[in-house]
Amino acid sequence: MSEDLYHAQLVALARAADGAGRLDAPALFGEADNPLCGDRVRMTLRLDGDRIAALAHETRGCLLCEAAAAAIARHAAGARPRDLLALGAGLRQWLNGDRPLPEPGWAELAAFAPVKSVRGRHDCVLLPFDALRTALASR
Amino acid sequence: MSFDLASLRAEFPILRERPGGRPIHYLDNAATAQMPQIAIDAVSRHEATSRGNIFRGIHRLAEMATEAYQKARADVARYCGVADPDEIVFTGGTTGGINLIAHSLGDGFAPGDEILVSELEHHSNIVPWQLLGERRGTVLRWLPVTDEGRLDLAALDRSVTGRTKLIALTHASNVTGAVTDIARVAKAARRVGAQVLLDGAQMAPHGPLDLPALGIDYYVFSGHKVYGPNGIGVLWSRRERLKALPPFLGGGHMIRRVTKERSTWAEIPHRFEAGTMPIAQAVGLGAALRWATGLDWEAAVTHMQRLTQRLLDGIGAVRGSRVVGPQGLQQRIGVVSFMLPGLHPHDVCQVLDGHGVALRGGHHCCQPLMDRFGIVGATRASVAPYSDDADVDAFLAGLDAVQRRLS
Repeated sequence: MSEDLYHAQLVALARAADGAGRLDAPALFGEADNPLCGDRVRMTLRLDGDRIAALAHETRGCLLCEAAAAAIARHAAGARPRDLLALGAGLRQWLNGDRPLPEPGWAELAAFAPVKSVRGRHDCVLLPFDALRTALASR
Repeated sequence: MSFDLASLRAEFPILRERPGGRPIHYLDNAATAQMPQIAIDAVSRHEATSRGNIFRGIHRLAEMATEAYQKARADVARYCGVADPDEIVFTGGTTGGINLIAHSLGDGFAPGDEILVSELEHHSNIVPWQLLGERRGTVLRWLPVTDEGRLDLAALDRSVTGRTKLIALTHASNVTGAVTDIARVAKAARRVGAQVLLDGAQMAPHGPLDLPALGIDYYVFSGHKVYGPNGIGVLWSRRERLKALPPFLGGGHMIRRVTKERSTWAEIPHRFEAGTMPIAQAVGLGAALRWATGLDWEAAVTHMQRLTQRLLDGIGAVRGSRVVGPQGLQQRIGVVSFMLPGLHPHDVCQVLDGHGVALRGGHHCCQPLMDRFGIVGATRASVAPYSDDADVDAFLAGLDAVQRRLS
């Protein structure tokens, strides 16, 4: 079970590290910590009207956390903030087994399916979404 | 006394379990050690045959429970090398013991008084002193750590000042495994009249103690790390020290007399054991330490050192790896924390879990130490007397697997 978590698609997503870095100011900023392990995601983003124009993240985390941050970065540009927040909330429910995979979602999200059965790692996937929510709340 | 590893392992029923169809290779002993059947049976038998509230019941079960509870105190005292069982206070654990001292002793400190801790400390030996600082205006000072993960005792003399009231240090690090040179600490404390508290959570599982000989004032440890139940722990101090302390928690049992205006306190150790204590857990702890007292620790330590050396060698053979702690066996226990290049500790733990190997990854409740080393966390393997070569073999095979899979 443990090794199933780290299938090739997930590892590749994490290693791709889409959006890794930091946007120059002015940008919205948010960060989230996982107090259990010390992992931290810092997210910077710029808005253009009601859409995200650019997003970057500095992720000090495990492979699951890196993969989730990369997935967000891959799809953030052009997305509406409320849609991303809804996706994060839906992802949490999906990991808990309370609902199907959020639709419309991203193809990458299915890569996290093995995490569903490892409850202790759900927060690893959700940490970048927490940082995103904090950044958007700073508007 | 004897040390027959196969027989020893047979005393631990959990080692026969096969969760997920795999044998258990338990190398997370620094977090929680496993319980021998004799301690499990003691808890179960107590609940089945002697369950009652202690000290005040006028019936047979209450008397049996009281007797069992006090016998446990005597068993703990024996393991600690303490002649007077009344010097043993049952607590909820190491954290509970430190918080007790932070309140009962610390609340008597004045603003500006100093408490010296170190960068090696577990959060449980940091946060209570920070909270005390908020209550009383005391100052927290920090003893640095060497690159090898030991206390930098060369800094001791300049860190201990005329304002130092308490030196609160770990006896052995839960990250680096380094064992503290207590004699030097005690000497520095005596020079300025400071008291010394030792966090023995990691040292106590590694063999019987002689607490009065350490030259310290307070020693705390947890039951679940010394092969006993969780929810129970120990605070030791000398009779006169304990008698000088006011209670921490108020409630039933810890009083001599309560009037509408005020209360007076029971004798030690009862003054510090408010309310109904975890009786069965105390009984289990007593049984566990009775068991541990009978172990051949010279052989057990030699065995654990050999396994520790194998861990160190195996980790060292990984290109780019880093051991967070001493490389050798001198003045260290079998707690080995390490980093693998480009790999997060939780990912390492998760993959090794797939090989049946139980490790711990993360900051180990030592974030100041992680900051000192510039890392987020580390992966930790920790051995116990019942650990065996198959555990280390599985660990080393897991290290290969995690590198193949994730590097």
